[in-house]
Amino acid sequence: MYRYDEFDHDFVKARVAQFRDQVERRLSGELTEDQFKPLRLMNGVYLQLHAYMLRIAIPYGTLSPRQMRMLAHIARTYDKGYGHFTTRQNIQFNWPALSDIPQILEDLASVEMHAIQTSGNCIRNVTADHFAGAAADEVADPRPYAEILRQWSSVHPEFSYLPRKFKIAVTGAERDRAAVQVHDIGLHLKKNEKGELGFSVYVGGGLGRTPMVGKKIREFLPEEDLLSYTTAILRVYNLHGRRDNKYKARIKILVHETGTEELKAQVEKEFEALRNGELQLSDADIAAIQAYFAPPALPARPEGDAALAKAAARDAGFADWLRRNLHTHRNADYAALTISLKGIGEIPGDASADQMDAVAELAERYGNDEIRVTHEQNLVLPHVARADLKAVFDRLVEIGLATANAGLVTDIIACPGLDFCALANARSIPVAQQISTRFGDQKRQEEIGDLKIKISGCINACGHHHVGHIGILGVEKKGAELYQITLGGSGDENTSIGEIIGRGFGPDEIVDAVETLVETYIDHRQGREETFLDAYRRLGPAPFKEALYGREAKAA
Amino acid sequence: MKLLTANRLIDGEVVWLAADGSWVETIEGAEIAHDKDAETRLSAAGLLALANNEVVDVNLIDVEIVDGEIRPIRLRERIRALGPTTHINLGKQARKQTAAFG
Repeated sequence: MYRYDEFDHDFVKARVAQFRDQVERRLSGELTEDQFKPLRLMNGVYLQLHAYMLRIAIPYGTLSPRQMRMLAHIARTYDKGYGHFTTRQNIQFNWPALSDIPQILEDLASVEMHAIQTSGNCIRNVTADHFAGAAADEVADPRPYAEILRQWSSVHPEFSYLPRKFKIAVTGAERDRAAVQVHDIGLHLKKNEKGELGFSVYVGGGLGRTPMVGKKIREFLPEEDLLSYTTAILRVYNLHGRRDNKYKARIKILVHETGTEELKAQVEKEFEALRNGELQLSDADIAAIQAYFAPPALPARPEGDAALAKAAARDAGFADWLRRNLHTHRNADYAALTISLKGIGEIPGDASADQMDAVAELAERYGNDEIRVTHEQNLVLPHVARADLKAVFDRLVEIGLATANAGLVTDIIACPGLDFCALANARSIPVAQQISTRFGDQKRQEEIGDLKIKISGCINACGHHHVGHIGILGVEKKGAELYQITLGGSGDENTSIGEIIGRGFGPDEIVDAVETLVETYIDHRQGREETFLDAYRRLGPAPFKEALYGREAKAA
Repeated sequence: MKLLTANRLIDGEVVWLAADGSWVETIEGAEIAHDKDAETRLSAAGLLALANNEVVDVNLIDVEIVDGEIRPIRLRERIRALGPTTHINLGKQARKQTAAFG
């Protein structure tokens, strides 16, 4: 993975010292809250309902064991013994004292981490496929490009005060696991007929109050033009993006109001002026960054499958986990495995300090020193020998992280919601916990099959509800929580925005409503191979509406 | 009926303004404004505390009395008064339990 050079170290150290001074001046009263707020936000410090919250960047979701141990240390020393992994592949601590945050940032800097640009109207953490560098179906590792974008965008003077925040995602496989079409810029790394690497470029995707699927404005952008073209997009946005209305300030609104063709023409014009200039990436530039992401040496371990078959025959729980939580590795002796942070009835994305330490140890012992954070709020060990899977599983059982539910109905994304978040209108996590408990039976959830439920506690959609096969949006109506359901959303290579199915449900009704939807799917599917999403796309909303609202739906 | 609430600057702790002008960590200790004059007085005290860098995010909130106890009208404020409903071992609710069993 990427290692800081001298410049990076000095820069992050200087930022910590600067923020330490700013906090001291705030606490002494020299700075007012109005003066301080933008400064703390630039360093990932929010004020939530119960306390401050610190959001730490995990670039493209890649962590070393050393970094994971530091997160455990922070959880223990300055917070309340746990951290919350987010849908942006980051981690948030919910209880730090403002007076401790400079020291936390100093501790983070010692392991090459920081919280810069995790807030504010700038280019945020660049996200990527969590199986990058491991997946069998990958054309190339997207992380070197994400790292190039990270370096280019860090305190970029021109793009630090954009009309609104800006999110970029990169995938290196046809099967999109990074949800690139719902990002401000989505990049799909691919090869052309000549075998050269480049990107399909999507622009103007996003969720929030105005969900939009990104528009493809380039079928193939040569890799050398990555920064020139991205700069061109950002320039057009920075110039024409709306600053008069916060709710219309994202690039998706500009794309929508300008029209894709016109916007594309503006970008191409800007690009023509920039291309072959100083932003052009040479092969040497790219190779230098790629070297940091060189695949680990994976010795042949052909004994794996026989050992697995034997172990699985003896241990049904292990067999379940093998069935659900493995992803095909490019090396047949290895697997990428998902460590579910979705224990049945538990809080999506939470991990205790002890669990973080244990995962770090597993990564060191069996995982080639690599850990990933997924936008679905799970962890991944990307390179584990199949022969070692039983040992890893046994340890995961001991620490309570062996739930065999990756991609199933209980593998729910949920934003922090009204339990923590100052923006939320309704709770998300308790709804996720109740749905998880209702469908917790392993046999039942496997019978249901692949099903993504995503829950947001307000219209800002941190829980990605628009792209949930079943999406749930919590709102406040007459002082009470109400949950609206959308169906048919998807955040993959066939991205779609879910459609609102009808009137909302109270907190005591929402789990039953989800169960009704699931049962309706089971009744109507053409077989187990037809997933919930496929069935919805074939059937449309009618049978689901009928099941939820009965006569009411017919009358309407 | 209204209370004045805020978060303490140094650590973000949820606090309410008490009758003696101090900021207290439990809602039971808050001064209740029963009329407009009292609300105005609380608001003025809040602005002063903000200017003095004691607290941030100062708000007047609606409450009612239920079974002799102060209950904020909005769920958001009830959660602030107790802690996250998902982590009952954290926040003010946890301290209450500790106190009750201690």
